Amino acid sequence: MFPELNNLLNTTPDRAEQGKLTLLCDAKTDGSFLVHHFLSFYLKANCKVCFVALIQSFSHYNIVGQKLGVNLTMARERGQLVFLEGLKSAVDVFFQAQEKPHPLQFLREASAGNLKPLFEFVRDALKPVDSGAAGWTYPVLLVDDLSVLLSLGLGAVAVLDFIHYCRATVCWELKGNVVVLVHDSGDVEDEENDILLNGLSHQSHLILRAEGLATGFCRDVHGQLRILWRRPSQSTSQRDQSLTYQYKIQDRSVSFFAKGMSPAVL
Amino acid sequence: MATVATCGGDAVGVGSAVATASKSNVTSFQRRGPRVSGTNDSGPRLVSITGTRPSVRNGQLLVSTGLPALDQLLGGGLAVGTVLLIEEDKYNIYSSLLFKYFLAEGIVNGHTLLVASANEDPANILQELPAPLLDNCKKEFDEDVYNHKTPESNIKMKIAWRYQLLPKMEQIRPVSSSRFGHYYDASKRIPQELIEASKWHGFFLPEKISPTLKVEPCSLTHGYIKLLQFIQNIIYEEGFDGSNPQKKQKNILRIGIQNLGSPLWGDDICCTENGDSGHNLTKFLYVLRGLLRTSLSACIITMPTHLIQNKAFIAHVTNLSDTVVGLESFIGSERETNPLYKDYHGLIHIRQIPRLNNLVCDESDVKDLGFKLKRKLFTIELESGFAFFHSAHF
Repeated sequence: MFPELNNLLNTTPDRAEQGKLTLLCDAKTDGSFLVHHFLSFYLKANCKVCFVALIQSFSHYNIVGQKLGVNLTMARERGQLVFLEGLKSAVDVFFQAQEKPHPLQFLREASAGNLKPLFEFVRDALKPVDSGAAGWTYPVLLVDDLSVLLSLGLGAVAVLDFIHYCRATVCWELKGNVVVLVHDSGDVEDEENDILLNGLSHQSHLILRAEGLATGFCRDVHGQLRILWRRPSQSTSQRDQSLTYQYKIQDRSVSFFAKGMSPAVL
Repeated sequence: MATVATCGGDAVGVGSAVATASKSNVTSFQRRGPRVSGTNDSGPRLVSITGTRPSVRNGQLLVSTGLPALDQLLGGGLAVGTVLLIEEDKYNIYSSLLFKYFLAEGIVNGHTLLVASANEDPANILQELPAPLLDNCKKEFDEDVYNHKTPESNIKMKIAWRYQLLPKMEQIRPVSSSRFGHYYDASKRIPQELIEASKWHGFFLPEKISPTLKVEPCSLTHGYIKLLQFIQNIIYEEGFDGSNPQKKQKNILRIGIQNLGSPLWGDDICCTENGDSGHNLTKFLYVLRGLLRTSLSACIITMPTHLIQNKAFIAHVTNLSDTVVGLESFIGSERETNPLYKDYHGLIHIRQIPRLNNLVCDESDVKDLGFKLKRKLFTIELESGFAFFHSAHF
């Protein structure tokens, strides 16, 4: 996790809020550093994490996680982390017919499927173990990323249904958190993606939006991060709070600064 | 050493950094080969594979794309286990050239090739590969043939007994082939002997599927399914994924897929505006990437994206690929007569570079890149006349 981002979000692993949906989105840049942040954050907070990693392999997250101070292999071995490696599972489900429904069953179907098997996988992964010996604080679901599901043929409604079920189970029933990443297609007309993004934006408590700079590529400032706190359940009598920072990604951390205050400029 | 410092405690980088530092093979300590990114098991150490080198930044295993200039722009080369997507130029002239450079590089390095095409027989594609510029061509040809014919013979080294203990392929290779990235003469054909000495598999779509076959509806276009099964078969049979204990494969599989998405593959994404309603191509890419991540292979795909009208689809394809390079040639466009571009044949756009095992990636500062094809060289340069305050990083 990035200590500077924790300061901006005003959280620490010890006293994070529960029952929240966090939406990460990126436009014209790569927002995966946010995923790495939340993964290491919740592992350090001693939560039980279910990570649906659809876009990269386990070793990728593991190696970056080691730079951020968490060991995914050990977390997986002691049961704190349940990792669904999308790429590897896709090969399994595609080439061999499975007896029981596989989380990525929709890859085998000709018409648009639904994500029920994936939801059941998440629910089984995060349901509290009766013995209670493990002592994890609360469950967390992390998805990287939802736009891949749209690319693979699922409709925006199916994905929204999946998130709805996950929220009902993880956030409301188990008092945990859900963090998802969606790509924003920007000026490209992608109707399904826009539906998904708008739908999730209305349900989220916290939105982190990583954008590329409007002026183009810059070596010292990699992008701009917009943070938006929301209260979806209450009527918006108070205004949602929003902050904007610019950032630069380094090898082991990300540094944030106010707009125009990059160390390279000053 | 700088490379050791950046890799820090990461075990993958240290040994390989040492291996690259002491390039001359008069070393007495065991070389610890770089660990492949795709395999996450702590298996036996891999010996260094010809034609690969570890990335300076994160120890990732890289292969050359066949164009040293492109390797530089991609941060040293193409990572093993990833997909390089080339967005074709309008008449498919330069993209097919890049495709051939990639395959020719595989032949020169002794990698296994898998060539898939829907419109051209892979054997013909291989005949048209450019000739490599090697220091001593004839001598190398003799040695290559010799090695190929006698792989098992225990050649007694008279020079130093210690070298006998090292695996064969590290020492008998001529010096020119152990270089990373070669130059090619686009006007000459590759020598027939090199093609015959190489190992390759071809997938020619009209041969593999019969047009009258009754196809029941399934999740992918029939051609794509056949291709995926073919690739998976080769990877499994020849041990590129490490699952077959009998076959300890120490080689790279280079996969080349030409004109993916064109109507000849049975896909309608290029024909209609709302094509690919079955999401065939994206599913294909996803499963293909899954296969690559768990094997010692690298893949180049050329795709006629200029024919795809659905721009959102191109964004999906870009997100599902690792490295994406777009080529834009000036032929037939008004830029051909533009004095600003008179030295160049086209523009090359590096659209995406993956961040593998890392938070950052090796993005080049320079974004205005033009290419030109001279007889012996395909050069990529910062366009002169633009932004002269950019320092050249090549």
